[in-house]
Amino acid sequence: MAFDYPEDLQYLDTHEYARVDEEEKIVTVGITAFAVDQMGDVVFLELPEVGDSVEKGENFGTIESVKAVEDLKSPVNGSVLERNDALLESPEDIANDPYGEAWLIKVKADDLSDLDEAMSAAEYEEQVEGDA
Amino acid sequence: MPLLLRTPLHTVCLKQKARMTGFSGWEMPVQFSSIRQEHEAVRTSAGAFDISHMGKFILAGPDVIAQLQKLVPSDLSRLSEGKAQYTVLLNEQGGIIDDLIVYHQGITNGNQQITLIVNAGTTDKDKTWLQAHLSESVSFTDVSRRNALIAVQGPKATEKLQQLCAEENIQALPRYNHLTGKLLGYPAFFARTGYTGEDGFEVMVPVDAAVAVWQKLMDLGIAPCGLGARDTLRLEASMALYGQDINDTTTPLEAGLGWLVHLDKVDDFVGRAVLEQQKANGVARKLVGLTLAGRNIARHDYDLLSEGQSVGIVTSGTFSPTLGYPVALGYLPPNLAKVDQRVEVAIRGKTFPATVTKRPFYKSK
Repeated sequence: MAFDYPEDLQYLDTHEYARVDEEEKIVTVGITAFAVDQMGDVVFLELPEVGDSVEKGENFGTIESVKAVEDLKSPVNGSVLERNDALLESPEDIANDPYGEAWLIKVKADDLSDLDEAMSAAEYEEQVEGDA
Repeated sequence: MPLLLRTPLHTVCLKQKARMTGFSGWEMPVQFSSIRQEHEAVRTSAGAFDISHMGKFILAGPDVIAQLQKLVPSDLSRLSEGKAQYTVLLNEQGGIIDDLIVYHQGITNGNQQITLIVNAGTTDKDKTWLQAHLSESVSFTDVSRRNALIAVQGPKATEKLQQLCAEENIQALPRYNHLTGKLLGYPAFFARTGYTGEDGFEVMVPVDAAVAVWQKLMDLGIAPCGLGARDTLRLEASMALYGQDINDTTTPLEAGLGWLVHLDKVDDFVGRAVLEQQKANGVARKLVGLTLAGRNIARHDYDLLSEGQSVGIVTSGTFSPTLGYPVALGYLPPNLAKVDQRVEVAIRGKTFPATVTKRPFYKSK
């Protein structure tokens, strides 16, 4: 099955994406359509509080489906500016719009160079299509 | 990775976009559309499951039932032609070797004809155990690979299946009864049994007939369902899964299967001494139903705590699609195995409250 991998996003091998606002140094973090599909029916989401700090490569929350539970990894060091409270209420909605409405957290990044090793859409697509 | 076995429906399921998973040495569909949708189809209409991986044995002989009786704690004397008994094979310690269904298929030329349907992962173990304990007067045939097995489950399952077998009156068959007849012209074994908590049938047909039968079921609008929904359905119905909730070290009295143990009717069976002792002195742990208030799932092997102390273990857990909250099965000491008892589950370093709940979590109307 083919999924969307928007060109304007950066990707981690753990299936999170980062949408970067370079001017404001704000990174919107979500998980990819591929990952959402692999998880199946999502039933539970755990996200940090606004103001919490997150660390690059470290867990900032968990996502749980009937099938599995997975850690969520932050792409950058920084602090949480916003979290998607609507999604916490109905985590199953993540399947509808993972790159849009169903973002997870917005992080004020300390340093955008944290994303230097992140993958482009093409690189990420190659990785996951290779998995399939 | 060891090669996985494939059922006769493997190819057709792949064409239907099934996502496959390894299960007990078989490559099986885990999901077609989504677990939630498949689950709902079975609760409100009808779903079909490929369960051809399950073990199927045919036993024949003048006293098969009497010989099987030595291996199970349930009274088989009330078993007559067309009837079935869910029961367990026990080891000397009273532990469950497997849970299975014994189908009485009548007497031919003085030989009792018995079909056993057992779990996929235990097929070889059961076969070894049975062959070691049954005398040579019993002919034992493993037809696991010769026959396909399809479960058709849900409130509309029976009426839909009936459309494919006009010669047989399967709608009139009581629960846990079975008959042999024709399905689309193929010889078929229809059993009104299942593992979902809904009405329905488990149908055994020769391997050659499997795809044709499956296609016809799909044509009738029956939803293809995978092992994912099978697990959420059986858990809501609080049915044990072998290898997870029950195993060689758990006895039926511990596992809430006391209703299968007829000590006053069956004088002698393997494991009886241990069960007698447990009946007299009580068991050290009991399988209970648990519900959780949040949305976290208590999964297999998570610790159960009481006042900060580890007191038991979760054996199965899921998010119940019908009820909208997480449910689980787990073992607790008898003093805590009481409805409304509060305990805690350790989930990834934190503890969450859980309440002992009457089983089953869900009962069909």
